[in-house]
Amino acid sequence: MFLTRKEEMMLEGKCGRASALAMRLLVALGQIFDAERMVAINSAQISGISYKNIGNTGLEFLENFANLGAQICVRTNLNPAGMDLDKWKEFGISQSFAEKQLRIINAFRKMNIQSSCSCTPYLIGNRPRFGDHIAWAESSAVAFANSILGARTNREGGPSALASAIIGKTPLYGYHLDENRKPTYVVRVEIPVQGAFEYSILGYIVGKKLGYGVPLVTGIRKKPTFEELKTFSASIATVGSIALYHIPGITPEYQVVSEKNEASKETFFVEKSDFQQVIDTLCQVDTFDLVAIGCPHCTLSEISKLAKMVRGKKLRRNVWAYTSREVYAAAERRGLVTIIEKAGGKVVKDTCMVVSPLEDMDIKTVATNSCKAAHYLPTTCKVKICLGSLDTCVKAALKQ
Amino acid sequence: MTTEIVLKGRTIVGGQAEGIALVTREAISFFGGVDPQTGVIIERGHELEACKISGKVLVFPRGKGSTVGSYIIYAMGKYGTAPAAMINLETEPIIAIGAVLANIPLMDKFNEPLLEIIKTGDYVKVLSSLGVLKVRTVKNR
Repeated sequence: MFLTRKEEMMLEGKCGRASALAMRLLVALGQIFDAERMVAINSAQISGISYKNIGNTGLEFLENFANLGAQICVRTNLNPAGMDLDKWKEFGISQSFAEKQLRIINAFRKMNIQSSCSCTPYLIGNRPRFGDHIAWAESSAVAFANSILGARTNREGGPSALASAIIGKTPLYGYHLDENRKPTYVVRVEIPVQGAFEYSILGYIVGKKLGYGVPLVTGIRKKPTFEELKTFSASIATVGSIALYHIPGITPEYQVVSEKNEASKETFFVEKSDFQQVIDTLCQVDTFDLVAIGCPHCTLSEISKLAKMVRGKKLRRNVWAYTSREVYAAAERRGLVTIIEKAGGKVVKDTCMVVSPLEDMDIKTVATNSCKAAHYLPTTCKVKICLGSLDTCVKAALKQ
Repeated sequence: MTTEIVLKGRTIVGGQAEGIALVTREAISFFGGVDPQTGVIIERGHELEACKISGKVLVFPRGKGSTVGSYIIYAMGKYGTAPAAMINLETEPIIAIGAVLANIPLMDKFNEPLLEIIKTGDYVKVLSSLGVLKVRTVKNR
């Protein structure tokens, strides 16, 4: 792998111990993937923020790294933490969990990462432009950035995204290169798909059928909404390792694909029965202790939809909408948080259902509209899943 | 009676180490699969279940499982329970990052069928920076 003089100096420790460690991480990755050289990035997004996920060993690493003097040099966002950083007591989070979670956040603050904790950096000011090289870790945001924004990122891990944030570079391989961004399969959707819930299922179907590669998804008749693309990006990246998809008219790079190319590729078909199959696989129960929406984090329009549904009514079960601190603030200004709270629901920031300790909050069953959450929750939080659209879930929570 | 075989591979994390080989044909998940406090493999049904990997030259095809595995390798480095070196058929990022964090020599992509040549109990010298592995095999094993 070719390194510039400056990169070599960093590697040798002439620019400090933190840079040396970060550079060693990036070089090791570059070696594995036969990267020719490094490429400059202008945005990073780091995963492995929740204490529940990374535990004491992750915490120790981050504190040591911060103490070595690590400082980021590009715009950097953090993934959700294990709790609402202000209102954790309300959710029954233990003192010891909270202390360790706050130590993790403080370690990042020491590295000069001031961002809030969210899986939707593109909604809160970290929105790369077409062709930008970036190093993002959250898989749903990776798929969104590559496919919808036309930025370029591999599926980074927590430490490699952090190393890139510190060096401002990433090894040039994978989805940073033109040749790896072309569709490798065609997925033909044979039926109309509408609404965030159906798009979540569609993503899960495609992810499961392919597992990896770059799908060209055809047969989408109506232009998907922002929320539909957000949830599709999440579930397509959940079951397999898909980081980039093409939808004609949506994906900025679609024009590189000709009809001729399309015909020569292996084609998968998505039919009505596939949808039922996903529901049958993920849906385990028909009752629930909690409706959890916001995987990925809710947009303002989703919070607004929830508020409209519950305004002046009484929720019979818990309904929690997870979102970023920024969207929470906007929802609060519009009075939406108050409406939802008055009905008995909560708007939760900084965290999400997948990375917080739901199992310690006496929650055994969760209803959700997200196939990503439904896929992970049984293992991460030991809960059983009830799957339905936002409408269906909230209506059920309003019933006696 | 012993013979020495020299293998050439790719350097992922440079360095030098030596020790007794512990070989498996199964991938290893450090997160949930290895106890960092004791250095023992705890994955149920794994070929190396209950084996201690600390101080060994650990030979395995590749990593698997959660990316948090990198932090487990880092922790093993701190607790002194890490392997002396790691040798893969093809390294993936979880193992590579863990090896950097714990400063463990790591090599992969050898010119010979690695798992046929190195057997558990062989004495292995890892000269990772040079891309060389010296295996002292025990005859009549």
